[in-house]
Amino acid sequence: MEIVMAFVCGFLFMAAIYLILSRSLLRIIIGTGLLSHGAHLLILTMGGLGGTAPPVLAEGVSDFADPIPQALILTAIVISFGVTAFILVLAYRAYQELKTDDTTAMKGSGIDD
Amino acid sequence: MKVTKLKTNDLILQFTAKIVFFIIFFFSIHIFFAGHYTPGGGFVGGLLTSSAIVLLVIAFDLKTVRKILPINYMYMTATGLILALATAAFPIFVGKPFFTHFFDYFNLPLFGKTSLHTAALFDLGVFLVVVGVTMTIIQTIGEDE
Amino acid sequence: MINFLLFPILITFFTGMILIFFQKNIYLQRTISLISLGVATICALFVMLKVQRDGIQSVTFGDWPAPYGITMVADGVSTLLVLTSLLLTFFITWYSFGSIGKEREHFFYYPGVMFILTGVNGAFTTGDIFNMFVFFEVLLMSSYLLIVLGGEKKQLRESIQYILVNIISSALFVITVAYLYSIIGTLSMADIAMKITAINQPGIITTIAVLFLMVFGLKAAIFPLYFWLPSSYAAPPIPVLALFGALLTKVGVYAIMRTYTLFFVHDIAFTHQMLLIFAVLTIIAGCIGALAHFDVKQIIIYNIVIAVGVILFGVAQMNFDGLEGAMFYLVHDMIIKAALFMLVGIIVYITGTSDLRKMGGLMRKYPSLGWFYLIAAFGLAGIPPLSGFVGKLLIVQGGFAAGNTWSSIFILASSLIVLLSVIRIFLYAFWGEEGQTVQIQEKTYKQLYYPTVILVVISIAYGVGSEWVTPFMDSAARVLTNPSIYIEAVMKGAQP
Repeated sequence: MEIVMAFVCGFLFMAAIYLILSRSLLRIIIGTGLLSHGAHLLILTMGGLGGTAPPVLAEGVSDFADPIPQALILTAIVISFGVTAFILVLAYRAYQELKTDDTTAMKGSGIDD
Repeated sequence: MKVTKLKTNDLILQFTAKIVFFIIFFFSIHIFFAGHYTPGGGFVGGLLTSSAIVLLVIAFDLKTVRKILPINYMYMTATGLILALATAAFPIFVGKPFFTHFFDYFNLPLFGKTSLHTAALFDLGVFLVVVGVTMTIIQTIGEDE
Repeated sequence: MINFLLFPILITFFTGMILIFFQKNIYLQRTISLISLGVATICALFVMLKVQRDGIQSVTFGDWPAPYGITMVADGVSTLLVLTSLLLTFFITWYSFGSIGKEREHFFYYPGVMFILTGVNGAFTTGDIFNMFVFFEVLLMSSYLLIVLGGEKKQLRESIQYILVNIISSALFVITVAYLYSIIGTLSMADIAMKITAINQPGIITTIAVLFLMVFGLKAAIFPLYFWLPSSYAAPPIPVLALFGALLTKVGVYAIMRTYTLFFVHDIAFTHQMLLIFAVLTIIAGCIGALAHFDVKQIIIYNIVIAVGVILFGVAQMNFDGLEGAMFYLVHDMIIKAALFMLVGIIVYITGTSDLRKMGGLMRKYPSLGWFYLIAAFGLAGIPPLSGFVGKLLIVQGGFAAGNTWSSIFILASSLIVLLSVIRIFLYAFWGEEGQTVQIQEKTYKQLYYPTVILVVISIAYGVGSEWVTPFMDSAARVLTNPSIYIEAVMKGAQP
């Protein structure tokens, strides 16, 4: 299972890097989203995939999943949710102001006002 | 290019949204309280509530929704933050480490034996923050056509 | 009072939330933020004195035993940095009354400053590696707010680059923490330091050390990873620039310092040699940039890069002198960078341009500003008895002791280039023919002038009175050179 997860993470990172290297701002943002998904899956895999029961207090269960990676992922998801929302708004504002979502054209939009 | 604006007919959507809003909202409250000992909690509940409000925004528009729910979401976020931090900081005054939670069982009328936990207050703060932040974002993008 | 060490963080955090409610009332916002910064600074001072007297203080959240809960640790290093950053923010906030503009003040500028300070101080204080990531995100989110605040075209353009770089570095941070967790199985920094030697897997630990250097190097702007810094920092207005220049890169430097003295001490021959090479390359890159530009902001911004190199050179020596020098230089650099950015801001305000070639002859009208600038410039270059001297002396002493003779001589030589780069501003702006000036308001000038001058005086006092600061620096360097002090203090706090 770990091997499969490693490939999934690698595939997500590959797609993320491909998207981040493109010019369109929207694709870059989707790329960063995929990058953080890959990172979250990696945490899950790194913590070990054992454990059958959820790490919630219950009687008669001894084989818990490791709760720490899940807590870390939850924190990281919340943070990446906030950052993605922020950068989406920012990209929208930048599109309104600079009239383009092409990062190269943005750099070349001349001396500032 | 001239865009001819057709008069859209979203009667069905509007009618459904009015009902579904309450279903989602009550489900989010259920999820919020389920987070006490089982999966769920403030973050998911907050996201569900804000998705319910977003459904209203889609069915009607921002102006109408603002008339129905006249809430300043920035203040809502700040209130939630203060509530969460105050819950976390309260143990300082009784000489315990920061973030220590307290809980006990009470016999409430109607509910019977219920466990009350200060973590629920913290979660309420999270709930408010999530709704506030999400709605602020939606409003910022949705405000200008 | 076990929670006393949290007060500097909590006060600023709480103030930030309160300030959101007073969005409309600028004067109330200003008063509240100055008062709370003052109170937080005093608290930080008392925490520092308490740590000096009673040893390292720690508190573990939620009443958990130490390796399981999130620990906050106040030791010599963190308390010094917390106190310095609060003190600087006090003056930068005062400075921004006259320079940031009403529009930004209405739009959550002061809450942004408060939250950034929460993140910075939290990152300095935390004793948990994942919690450090969380505090990094807190400070990054507020820095995103501050960098786009105002919404000028240039700000929008540069902030996208800044945010993307930081998102990628955050993802790398999470990945690195995941690797560390999979090998060591704990996140508490003291616990990691204890178990890392027992695990005995030097190869993979060295890999993680390199990854951490990349993650924190992106934030601290070391050699190959500093490309985003000059253009991004030039976009926001001066007070924000001063805040970023004084605090943000230093958090990255602190994180490198902490991890490389606490965790990665098993293979110094490789990791610290690498750090040394990168430090030297960083200084070279910074020097080239500082000499090449005619824009006053860019010159000082490149000086941030140089200073990061010098501090990391001190860390790379891994001996008492080098680390004590690095601490001395770190605090010095935070103070002097804030002062220099504020001085440069006044010059830009007077002349209405940031291009050196259009300035000149300010000495006739503003003599005191000129002399204070000269003192600050000498202080940056490290001319005795000003503040940069002691730190650099100790760093070089540590370099000689560790046998890095040539690179230490290079550090000394680089001070000359630093001096040249900042003296150029003095020559162009204050001497020579009178250049362009714009009409300014006397009141605003005073509002900018007083905080700046007090900060320069503090930096002079820090240099002249280094004798009194030395005990604090000693205890900081002792913790850095001897991790067992840190580990014992945290673990002892576990069983009260």
